[in-house]
Amino acid sequence: MKYEAVIGLEVHAQLKTKQKIFCSCSTLFNKPQNQNTCPVCTGMPGVLPVLNKEAVQRGLKAALALNCKINKKSIFARKNYFYPDLPKGYQISQYNLPLAQDGYLEIESDDNIKKIRIHRLHLEEDAGKNIHCGEESRLNFNRAGVPLAEIVTEPDFRGALEAATYVRELRSILQYLDVCDGNMEEGSLRCDANISLRPKGQKEFGVKTEVKNMNSFKFIERAISYEIERQTEILEEGGRVIQETRLWDSSKGKTLPMRSKEEAHDYRYFPEPDLRPLLVDDVWIEKVKSSIPELHPEKKARFISQYGLPAYDADILTLSKDLADYFESCTKEVQDPKMVSNWMMTELLRELKDKNQSIQNCSVSWNALAELLNLVKKGTISGKVGKDVFKEMMKRGVSASSLIEEQGLKQVDDKEFLVSAIHQVLKENPKELEKYRGGQEKLFGFFVGQVMKLTKGQANPKAVNELLRAKLKE
Amino acid sequence: MSKNTLFLKTVTELKDLFHKGEVKALEITQSFLERIKETNPTLNSFITVCEKEALLQAENIDLKFSKKEKLGNLAAIPLGIKDILTLSGVRTTCGSKILENFVPYYDATVIEKLKKEDAIFLGKLNMDEFAMGSSNENSYFGSVKNPWDLDYVPGGSSGGSAAALAAFQCSASLGTDTGGSIRLPASYCGVVGLKPTYGRVSRFGLVAFASSLDQIGPFTRTVRDCALISEVMCGHDPKDSTSSERSTPSFLKSLGKSIKGLKIGLPQEYFQEGLNKEVQKSVHNSLKILESQGAYLEEVSLPHTQYGIATYYLIATSEASSNLARFDGVRYGYRSPNSKNAIDLYFKSRGEGFGSEVKRRIMLGTFALSAGYYDAYYKKAGQVRTLIKKDFEDVFKKVDLIVTPTAADVAFKLGEKIQDPLQMYLTDVYTTSLNLAGLPGLSLPCGFSSKGLPIGLQMISPWFEEERIFEAAFLLESELKLFQKGFNIKV
Repeated sequence: MKYEAVIGLEVHAQLKTKQKIFCSCSTLFNKPQNQNTCPVCTGMPGVLPVLNKEAVQRGLKAALALNCKINKKSIFARKNYFYPDLPKGYQISQYNLPLAQDGYLEIESDDNIKKIRIHRLHLEEDAGKNIHCGEESRLNFNRAGVPLAEIVTEPDFRGALEAATYVRELRSILQYLDVCDGNMEEGSLRCDANISLRPKGQKEFGVKTEVKNMNSFKFIERAISYEIERQTEILEEGGRVIQETRLWDSSKGKTLPMRSKEEAHDYRYFPEPDLRPLLVDDVWIEKVKSSIPELHPEKKARFISQYGLPAYDADILTLSKDLADYFESCTKEVQDPKMVSNWMMTELLRELKDKNQSIQNCSVSWNALAELLNLVKKGTISGKVGKDVFKEMMKRGVSASSLIEEQGLKQVDDKEFLVSAIHQVLKENPKELEKYRGGQEKLFGFFVGQVMKLTKGQANPKAVNELLRAKLKE
Repeated sequence: MSKNTLFLKTVTELKDLFHKGEVKALEITQSFLERIKETNPTLNSFITVCEKEALLQAENIDLKFSKKEKLGNLAAIPLGIKDILTLSGVRTTCGSKILENFVPYYDATVIEKLKKEDAIFLGKLNMDEFAMGSSNENSYFGSVKNPWDLDYVPGGSSGGSAAALAAFQCSASLGTDTGGSIRLPASYCGVVGLKPTYGRVSRFGLVAFASSLDQIGPFTRTVRDCALISEVMCGHDPKDSTSSERSTPSFLKSLGKSIKGLKIGLPQEYFQEGLNKEVQKSVHNSLKILESQGAYLEEVSLPHTQYGIATYYLIATSEASSNLARFDGVRYGYRSPNSKNAIDLYFKSRGEGFGSEVKRRIMLGTFALSAGYYDAYYKKAGQVRTLIKKDFEDVFKKVDLIVTPTAADVAFKLGEKIQDPLQMYLTDVYTTSLNLAGLPGLSLPCGFSSKGLPIGLQMISPWFEEERIFEAAFLLESELKLFQKGFNIKV
């Protein structure tokens, strides 16, 4: 029998706010343990939560960008369960009436545009962290109370790649909106998947499993693929899939059982009596709407039409707003979009990857790259030398002009100097010269190469070509 | 004036004496501390006495006074605080083993406000564990005795607050009221107790029992004292999202106003069988007085009254089951020394740390919120709550004030109902509806039973209109002239 996978995703995005969602503690990452805590976020007796408007604003921005309907009145609820990293014994979340619902996000799938429906987006607080060290367990509550937006899709995915594409697209949007930094390794973007199979053509859903702990795009794709395969095998052998929560183990490349349906929590949700209903009016919605910038899909289309870039390049350069801004600023200075795009796609992205840097903290700023490219364009240095200069700029963070000055890399088109170099090359290679004169004109390139080598790449190749051709005709 | 009798003074009298320079804060404080030392072994109303801190506070106030520095409105007034409100640096036990040694480092907002007015804190008062009880017999620190008869309960859950005040161990005290926990003990101990409108007083620093029902309020010997202290306690607090942004009117200005033409509603459901004859007589006597002062009496109906207790115990326990989840032995409070792993730590710390009534209510609430039962219990209770609230809205279209007995009977004997939780729950039959509706209510002493136990009368005004209560209560108090009888206590 042919099976079809049905997948829905839940993404938890940490909202970029200065303060936690229900107290005024800082949200800064990598602070000493339990430094960002207070009586509220550690669940001391008698304290009360107060909603941070900034978190609501970020949530609204994301919801509007995801084409959601905003609920003008939404309700916070308590999700009750015991865990040492959950200070109050309940998480303040939203249940019956979320901040937003019924949105969608368009992704590319098999060269088609596919609409992924967003079921809901709600606000909640993060928990702390358990740290196990040998016999001891310690707790760090710095993260407890950090605002999260939980974004839940409808079961609209049919494959692992689609799901990964969605998360990539979603992350890009959240970063564009500046509502989430999107760092999956640090956990500021987390993804869980609900996966089930059904015979192709059947409408009813099969039994699903929930897969957690997929902390990169690669793992999302691999974990879902693995889970689909696992369930297919079970069904094909006539077995039944058990409803359970499974954890992705990246070292084993497998999903492993975590808890079964019977062990599932009864969260005993009820409206949070310490908070009033959250009211959002049209003025607020409009204000947030007007602050939404051009997002990835529109920007990509514009890069293709305005700059004449190939779709692939436009896609990559617009995936992050910072990269796109870098490109546009640089292009303004250089006035050659294709050249900037080529350099960014090859030199810059490769160097960033090698050095594990991001575009935000790249040691070559957009105007430094623009200066370098303008020097290449003017012929002050050759493209080849330019590439070496770029590598050096990445390493040392110095400007192109100072490097060229320092190392004397300026391109030479002084006729006398070039002619003497050509003389030397022809003199040192009598056999080749003979062959050339005998009709092997391919050797022209060989002579050019030798001249470039002799001049350490500084010779202007165009001038060398002309002079060499003239010399050989003598 | 001999300082030995300073503890017999009201807040208003002490304020006057202090401001005239006739007594020092230190003398006042010492007088109360001595009284506590003398009577607390009998009454058990204080869990923690802050002798050193109180004396230091008093010395500072005297110093300020001698330097003619500006002093607050409650300067030198010694207060007792229910041990469910956080006072920075002093342990807050909630009457529970699980918080026996918990010392908070933050003040409740009401404490902050009282500190600003230079009030003095004598210590923390006994209570039913986590405010769960009607007799103060559910305290880990032992029962509190009723100063009118030591064989009787003071009422609960703010039993320590009422008993300490009635026994002159403090000049006023603070309590909390979730289903009657201020009004019932005020009634049983013959003092004035006010539960303000929900949202009037910040709950920040009040260790939550049932968040949508809890309110902090004062216990005082007179209506005037009550108005004075309430004015300080009320007001919006940005730290409590459920606190109201309405400004606080001057309650003191209501005192002495005529009640001519005031329409008083008497809900028939509160005057039916089960009501003690002596209580009924006292309340009727008071109503006659109010009538003679120009008020109109009118019988009204609150038809959903009979569902009050059931509704209350579903909502209160549901919220409590969640509010008390934080006491897990992980970060603070009692941690069982016998636990072997995380699950064990939870079970044992909570199992050994909580008393039986608290456990009963946590289980009840957990059940009411569980999948499959939520609709039938918690959700249904919420719907009935709306109906109960609507009953009051309808009645307040016709009348300005509602008067009822505070309780169906006077105080009962220690041990009399402790084995029968249902009988115990029913003592709150006249008080819980107000919490469900969020309404303010005041209990005023209105007489004594033949055995000499105090009887309380409850006045209920519309939301945020406590002034009406103060107007009527002040007049009734002046006519009843029961104040002197307060000195007849047995300690």
